[in-house]
Amino acid sequence: MVGKKKTFVYILLVIWTIINLFPIYFMFTFSLKGNDEIFGENVVGLPRHWLWSNYTSALGTGNMALYFFNSLLVTAVSIAISIMAAMMATYALTRIKWKLSKLTTAFFMLGLTIPLQASIVPVYVVLSRLHMLNKYSTLIVPYSAFTLSMSILICTGFMVDIPYDLDEAAIIDGCGLFGTFFKIIMPLMKPALSTIGIYAYLQCWNEFMFANVFISDAKHRTLPVGIKALSGAYTTDWGPIGAALVIATFPTLITYVALSRKIQDSFIAGAVKG
Amino acid sequence: MERDKSALQQKRNKDLKKGLAIFLFLLPGLLLFVSILIAPIVVSLYTSLLDWNGNTKGTFIGLANYTELFTNGSIKFMISLKNSLILALFSVFIQLPLALLLALILGRKPKGERFYLTVFFMPVLISTVVIGQLWLKIYNPDYGILNRFLGAIHLENLQHIWVGDPKTALGSIVVPTIWQYVGYHMLLMYAGVKGVSPDLREAAMIDGATKWQTDRFIVIPIIKPIIRVSVIFAVTGSLKTYDLVRILTDGGPYQTTEVPSTLLENMLFLRNRYGMGSTISVMLIALCFAFALLISAAFKEKDK
Repeated sequence: MVGKKKTFVYILLVIWTIINLFPIYFMFTFSLKGNDEIFGENVVGLPRHWLWSNYTSALGTGNMALYFFNSLLVTAVSIAISIMAAMMATYALTRIKWKLSKLTTAFFMLGLTIPLQASIVPVYVVLSRLHMLNKYSTLIVPYSAFTLSMSILICTGFMVDIPYDLDEAAIIDGCGLFGTFFKIIMPLMKPALSTIGIYAYLQCWNEFMFANVFISDAKHRTLPVGIKALSGAYTTDWGPIGAALVIATFPTLITYVALSRKIQDSFIAGAVKG
Repeated sequence: MERDKSALQQKRNKDLKKGLAIFLFLLPGLLLFVSILIAPIVVSLYTSLLDWNGNTKGTFIGLANYTELFTNGSIKFMISLKNSLILALFSVFIQLPLALLLALILGRKPKGERFYLTVFFMPVLISTVVIGQLWLKIYNPDYGILNRFLGAIHLENLQHIWVGDPKTALGSIVVPTIWQYVGYHMLLMYAGVKGVSPDLREAAMIDGATKWQTDRFIVIPIIKPIIRVSVIFAVTGSLKTYDLVRILTDGGPYQTTEVPSTLLENMLFLRNRYGMGSTISVMLIALCFAFALLISAAFKEKDK
């Protein structure tokens, strides 16, 4: 009886593993096939002829190299701004005593429930009137803002763990509040960086709605918008689309497999504290 | 006297300095937060009351946009709401139980626990646009593996133009949505399951509880707060859906799979109705907050 139950559990685990991995496997294999194989007899097998040229056309004529660079730039700068603004705010909220700090914290936490859709109309109108659509900053500013609340939440978790004696000692040594923040607190916040970074990375790297609405010029497209454009251009040629999907996805997946525990912990920290 | 005055002056200076420091530390965050999140919501509240094409000043029409949203069938708002709620139902009653089941199983430390955990979380990391494109290839009526598979096992009568048939279009959005986020909820619940003290489990086992009974009566009640968070995420996430719909069906066929976010975009770019667009976004915020509160209240009620 017990043995049977155990087998059932393992069958379930294996089936769900296959359901999870198959689409990823399928994506990888068709990125290396020509139409004759994809549309012909070799739909799900390994490619017979490994067509790496799909990747050159995706990166070259498909502009995936540019989109990749854009995504990297937008994501990196957004995360940097979000982390810096969050650390500064958290310092003022948790380590300086003042009356309205609790209320201000609650105010920032509103951002955890506000959907991206909330700001799309006014932000779009303002940006288009100021001729600020189709720039990197068009996405960087909203992305930093929308990751801010979570960044502050995670920062708070880490910052309250730093002993408060350190601040007092620093003040006695003649450090001002700014000195204390930059010289004492910031260096101790390194462990928080990766947690926030991982969380914010996914939000920015994969974000589609703002990017789709705010960016119409090909030069500033990020990966998700670029892939949509590419699939419109290559409707009959699946190989390069597959290659584009792999290019957008595998760097994340490979990093994840290498750092899976750290990444999982970051998500747990982000959600459970929220 | 003199000394008191200068001490007071000093304290005042110090307070001023502290106030200034607090202000400067908060400034970058506040600027971002207020300009991108708070101010736009306030502005949207106002522009949702306008008949406005985005260029002119717009005319104030009171709540007319709101009544039109619910009564004018050609706006498709009710359909979009129905679609989001269907998505939410599937998420809550299929995705979450599946996630809970997997979390409970992995919580019992089966062989390969880390491996399964890592694999099950993978889809969460993939961009929804990539997932949409991938499933489009799976659904493709002529060459997609779904129809080919059905053909291979001689179930040709089940073959469909999946995303193009009004009967199956919404379903073809539901399936990848569930697929993608089971891992996310599983991870949260797994963290909760792992947090249950082994002593409690042992005590239950000694009292003669089976593994399932231990899960049912010990573990699940303990991780209830996490389940609550998951339910809130699943429902508000369904209300906010955009990516998969845009990629898979683009709201079609015949606008049967529109969701509030796609309608919102259409209002801006196809119909030039910025006032109505704001109305939809205000409704979305209101619904997200309302459902979050309702779900929290429901969980509290159950605890009594």
